Amino acid sequence: MSDPAMVELSAPGTQPDYHFPPYASTIARSPRMPLVLLPKTRTESTGPVFGHGFIREGDNDLTVQGESSPIGERIIVHGRVVDEDGRPVRGALIEVWQANAAGRYRHKVDSYDAPLDPNFMGGGRMLTDDQGRYWFKSIKPGPYPWGNHHNAWRPSHIHFSFFGSGILSRLVTQMYFPGDPLQPLDPIFNSIPDEAARERLVSRLDMDRSESNYLLAYSWDIVLRGKNDTPFEEGH
Amino acid sequence: MSGVNARIPSSSQTVGPYFRIGLDCMIERTPVITLETPGMIAIEGRVLDQYGEPVPDAMLEFWSAGTDSAATDTDSAQASFPVGFRRVATGSGGEFSVIIEGSSAPAPDRERNQAQHFMVMVFARGLLRQLLTRVYLGNPPGIEADPVLSQVPEERRATLIAAADEQHENVFHWNVKLQGTDETVFFAW
Repeated sequence: MSDPAMVELSAPGTQPDYHFPPYASTIARSPRMPLVLLPKTRTESTGPVFGHGFIREGDNDLTVQGESSPIGERIIVHGRVVDEDGRPVRGALIEVWQANAAGRYRHKVDSYDAPLDPNFMGGGRMLTDDQGRYWFKSIKPGPYPWGNHHNAWRPSHIHFSFFGSGILSRLVTQMYFPGDPLQPLDPIFNSIPDEAARERLVSRLDMDRSESNYLLAYSWDIVLRGKNDTPFEEGH
Repeated sequence: MSGVNARIPSSSQTVGPYFRIGLDCMIERTPVITLETPGMIAIEGRVLDQYGEPVPDAMLEFWSAGTDSAATDTDSAQASFPVGFRRVATGSGGEFSVIIEGSSAPAPDRERNQAQHFMVMVFARGLLRQLLTRVYLGNPPGIEADPVLSQVPEERRATLIAAADEQHENVFHWNVKLQGTDETVFFAW
């Protein structure tokens, strides 16, 4: 039994360890001292809420940020954000960023010589609706090489950041695409020990939401930690 | 654990080196505040790795629950930004500086005598999941009885306490050491 007065630990194998040598950058940046158990106080049980004014029109369409359409496979990504009890997380802020279709990020430290696309910036944001749903339009990002080991390539992925109910719902992760043969070779993807948890980061091709002669849809649902996964007592 | 319908929270992945493409926008849309605004404090410092080398691609998020005022959901960008929350990214020397509502110490009677603090989440390339820590401002009243600090081995507590600036009473200095000598205390979650 876990102590209800303490912040609960994640289910074993479902979150990556900080120290994971196959991903070389973890070696000098992961703590080695024991992590300390954290009493659950109001700080841990509350969190920031972003209003609709934070989002601007077009923030969820990465294909309209240039003078014309970016090159690549046009897609929409959509899904639902729920808590641990399956309840929709309403008004959750989602931020996304990604490489272009050639696998190049619009960022000064990306030295891969694939071309930049003048019509693709690669960032967006949105709030979930009353059913916890989100969607955004983009292009499918390409795979790209990185320096982790010889001939290392990241599978195609989109970075996601979530704010749910309470600060401990905070999640940054990556969405992968189905059928990508680079996934089993990727140490970041494989840093999640539990295979089922890993596979939940892979989106599903959704022909129902795809639009004929226009775009393909990918569906991807997310579970965030609940605000009160253990009851918090406000004093006595 | 949650009830019978319990679902397992989705797994974390690193924020990577290119997060500013998607996450800088929030920094740009943060309402402009300065230290001259009453109640504001600044925390300045650096994020360092195992070798004491700066981490130039980290992001810190600060949260303080004391204000009790979530953003109101209006069309105003300013009102849509939550009080008590800030995101900052480190510069080429691993340095960061955050200005945030500092008058948000939780009420002691509701909070088991917590001393004034912020929760801090640390994101970076090489961190597969964000690190969770706290920063206490100077030597606030009640720090001896703080229920979180008292969980921390005494010899490590200093890593969670920001030093008051000698000249400016609302400026504090605090480094995040990811590993090695003076490694910051991080929490399990």
